[in-house]
Amino acid sequence: MRERAALATPEAPREDVRPAALRLEGVSKRYGRVLAVDDVSLAIAEGEFFTLLGPSGSGKTTLLRLIAGFERPDAGRIELGGKDVTTVPPYARATNTVFQDYALFPHMTVAANVEYGLKVRHLPREERRRRVAEGLTLVRLTGLGYRRPNQLSGGQRQRVALARAIVNQPQVLLLDEPLGALDLKLRVEMQVELKRIQRELSITFIYVTHDQDEALTMSDRVAVLNGGRIEQLGSPVDLYEHPANEFVAGFIGVSNLIERDGLRLVIRPERIRLLRPEEAPDIGSQVEDGLVQDVIYAGMVTRYAVQLDRGGRLLVVQQNTESAAHASDLRGRRVRLAWRPEQVFNISTPQSDRPELQGNA
Amino acid sequence: MTVGALARERPAGRVTRVQALLWRRSWMRAALLLGPGLTWFVVIYLASLVLLLITAFWQINPFTTAIERVWNIDNFRTLVTDGTYRLIILRTIALAAAVTITDAVLAFPFAYYMARVASRRVQTALFAAVLLPLWASYLARVYAWILILNHDGVLNWSLLLLHLPPASLGYTNWAMWIVFSYIWLPFMIIPTYAALERIPQSYLEAAADLGARQGQTTWDIILPLALPGIVAGSIFTFSLTLGDYVTPLLVGGAGSSFIGNVVYGNVGIAHNIPFAAALAVVPVAVMALYLLGARRLGAFEAM
Repeated sequence: MRERAALATPEAPREDVRPAALRLEGVSKRYGRVLAVDDVSLAIAEGEFFTLLGPSGSGKTTLLRLIAGFERPDAGRIELGGKDVTTVPPYARATNTVFQDYALFPHMTVAANVEYGLKVRHLPREERRRRVAEGLTLVRLTGLGYRRPNQLSGGQRQRVALARAIVNQPQVLLLDEPLGALDLKLRVEMQVELKRIQRELSITFIYVTHDQDEALTMSDRVAVLNGGRIEQLGSPVDLYEHPANEFVAGFIGVSNLIERDGLRLVIRPERIRLLRPEEAPDIGSQVEDGLVQDVIYAGMVTRYAVQLDRGGRLLVVQQNTESAAHASDLRGRRVRLAWRPEQVFNISTPQSDRPELQGNA
Repeated sequence: MTVGALARERPAGRVTRVQALLWRRSWMRAALLLGPGLTWFVVIYLASLVLLLITAFWQINPFTTAIERVWNIDNFRTLVTDGTYRLIILRTIALAAAVTITDAVLAFPFAYYMARVASRRVQTALFAAVLLPLWASYLARVYAWILILNHDGVLNWSLLLLHLPPASLGYTNWAMWIVFSYIWLPFMIIPTYAALERIPQSYLEAAADLGARQGQTTWDIILPLALPGIVAGSIFTFSLTLGDYVTPLLVGGAGSSFIGNVVYGNVGIAHNIPFAAALAVVPVAVMALYLLGARRLGAFEAM
């Protein structure tokens, strides 16, 4: 029988003294000649919203499948709630998964889908009914229990998949790019919804995505994966403000990389001021001259690509606090860029020679 | 503009005009596409069925055996009241059902292995193994079974070698059951395979994730989703057995007559074509009911 945390666990304090809900130690997984997960170790605290972020092929989904038990690691150890589950099959693990394609059973109604995990574990009928009703209420699908999955919209199916996993009260909920198939507006809505549900139930969420916005808005902590390894693990603020290396700087936000005096420097585009000829820079800021190559108007902001005289190209984002009707006039003009020295990160540490790292340089 | 000018300059040939006509009147296109097939179906297929139905309500002069076109339901009354015919009809339907169930039970694990376990190469080999017997003549395969099941056939020879008592299966209903099950098995395996192959792996993972072991997943998820395929296969096994008269003739014994054998006897020997027609309506009616049931189980989406 699987052990489950009670539905209404009081919220644990947000310190790292909490017991680890999940611990990975030196986990590796190889498919033929490809090392999909390469010696990954991490600990995830109870009640944490933890995100595995990375491009496709970075090993994030494989890592999730290892935690769920669909794959066996070639090396390493997986602990759930302090117990070694490395060789435990998925049906005996206290994890539940929200699949990327939802994987709703098409021959069952919505209610039967949500009930399935409870039925398999032989819970009494009354309790099953109550939990299904609670689950459907939680994902705001009350009254749709009699429908078939193919009678639902994409967003509704997503909610059913979530309810089906949550009613089992897993120790850890695994979400494999659950919002990938939804359109942008629905996605943003569901991000808020997921965060609400996670707070209400205080279940540990492990969330896989390639979308950095999603990762930054929802997570307590994020592990940035690349080539099966963790490039950096930290809070969204850590990752954005102090990227450990060029890959993280490029994957989270736009990487603005320039080389000065043998150092590789990153400056976030919204931290750069674009000065017109008559404007004076703030005292203490660094100033460089350049030529505006491109102007892209994007509603809330305008983006400028500026070629610097000292070499390198920087992207600058300016809020359109006033009408940007004349922004495109700057194309081909000379401007000055100013930024405060503390906004520049030095990422000169030697880098591995992965080709994708050159992408945004 | 230049494109329009070019199109206007092009001379309107006969082909272009026909095409334009077909484009304007889409029913003409449909009629051209469906015409030949539909004509064949209505004239050859439906007409003969209607003729069969009409003949069933006629009778023959018992002395001259000439057909008398007098409307009556005596033929059907005989079918229902005469115990011999009732038995034959029941035997035919029961054996068709037994063969269908046997094939479904045999085909499911085989098709499951083919669709979800075997590697590409093994899959291809199994496909060939399933389809290869269909290239051999039906009669050859039935005769092969006679050689196996005969009193001094391969089966008893093997039993003798194992010091087991001989089985007398030849020329019994058991023999028919075995031969039919063998002959129609591929028609069950292929649609079952097709249904099983279409089940996404994530459904099975989801079931395991929710706590179901392999057996429970098979029962709750795989079997219901493969059911339309199995029912589609059963249409073949059931109807092919129901209409057969060669295997009962060659493999069956004295008490193994099928509807088909009685029809054959009434046409060829007794010259009672109206009664043969009435008897032939029975499997048509049974199949119609069967297909109605199959449609409710979603078999036609699986074909």
